[in-house]
Amino acid sequence: MEHIVKERIKQVKKGDQSAYREIVELYQNKIYQHCYRMLGNVHEAEDIAQEAFIRAYVNIDSFDERRKFSSWLYRIATNLSIDRIRKRKPDYFLDAEVKGTDGLDMYSQMAASDRTPAEELESNELQRYIHKEISELPPKYRSIIVLRYLEEFSLQEISEILDIPIGTVKTRIHRGREALRKRLRHV
Amino acid sequence: MDAHKEHIKLMHKYLDGDLTKEEELVLSKHLEECEACQKHFHELNRTIALIQSTEQIAAPLHFTENVMKSLPKEKKRMKVIRLFKGHPFLVAAAVFFVFMFGGMFSFWNQSNELVVSKTDNLIIQGDTVIVPEGVTIEDDLLIKNGNLVVKGKIDGNVTIFNGKLIEEEPSLDQEGLMASVGEVNGELKTVDRIFEWIWYHINELIQKVFAM
Repeated sequence: MEHIVKERIKQVKKGDQSAYREIVELYQNKIYQHCYRMLGNVHEAEDIAQEAFIRAYVNIDSFDERRKFSSWLYRIATNLSIDRIRKRKPDYFLDAEVKGTDGLDMYSQMAASDRTPAEELESNELQRYIHKEISELPPKYRSIIVLRYLEEFSLQEISEILDIPIGTVKTRIHRGREALRKRLRHV
Repeated sequence: MDAHKEHIKLMHKYLDGDLTKEEELVLSKHLEECEACQKHFHELNRTIALIQSTEQIAAPLHFTENVMKSLPKEKKRMKVIRLFKGHPFLVAAAVFFVFMFGGMFSFWNQSNELVVSKTDNLIIQGDTVIVPEGVTIEDDLLIKNGNLVVKGKIDGNVTIFNGKLIEEEPSLDQEGLMASVGEVNGELKTVDRIFEWIWYHINELIQKVFAM
């Protein structure tokens, strides 16, 4: 599969637009799903997933063929999703570090939300609930949780996709897991 | 809580697969003793199981179509190249026919002027070529876009494109006419329609090819 993708990308780089169709078909579900998990909303997910494919096409010349195309595509989709989240949210971030503390952010100072036990929730509703909780995580934790547990990338791959050091990936996944644990402990 | 902080760190290291043998021992020993940490560890594992249980969703219908439609237009040159690559024989054949017939049609349409292969001893009146009485043409005669009246004699072959042999005096039978009006001793060919014109060209071509 990687081989086919490489061939198609070469064709696209030469200017053959129709070769791009296969690439879109191959990755559309993954990228759309990733955007949906990042944004928690189907309309925005479609919008951003499309935008990601268009950006990848327009900037195809800057793609280094020695790297994995899927990682590159995920990075574009993740960055676009985070941009979208930032635009629709007010100016403060829960994950901004609190001054005078070492690595402590607003998030860690918040009490876990007191949700009533949700045992009565049906499977569908439970899934929706989980999605909602994921989509309420700060974007930089969310992207890593989604990539790690829903898309099953290794930490090394995530570090490549997001272009951040693996140590940072570990810190963030650690915090992301703790945040979700607090949110989902009553389910 | 602070007492457990180190152990929670170990739990995360475990979840990332980074735990060493010694750390694993420390963690499992602590978990046996500490209920709070046991609960924490259980909740972490359960959280991961929960988020992994969410369903897979597929991209909406026509997603690919919409992306392809939104891409900036590619260069026209590329479309032609792709056509060539996709159907080389079809394109080659099409190009051949376009040139061949195009050439013929344009020649057919453009050359409305009278063309006579040889003018010595011939009388030309408008678009009519007359071989006068008593004159003998020994070579082949080719006339385009004109009629031919033979009063004298032609020994070679006669070919008339887009024209015809005019009979000067009406006569009941062909032999009599030929004898009375004039004489064509060679082959007489009249090409009056576009298909015959094409056929003539193809015949010529084949004859040339085989002559080589």
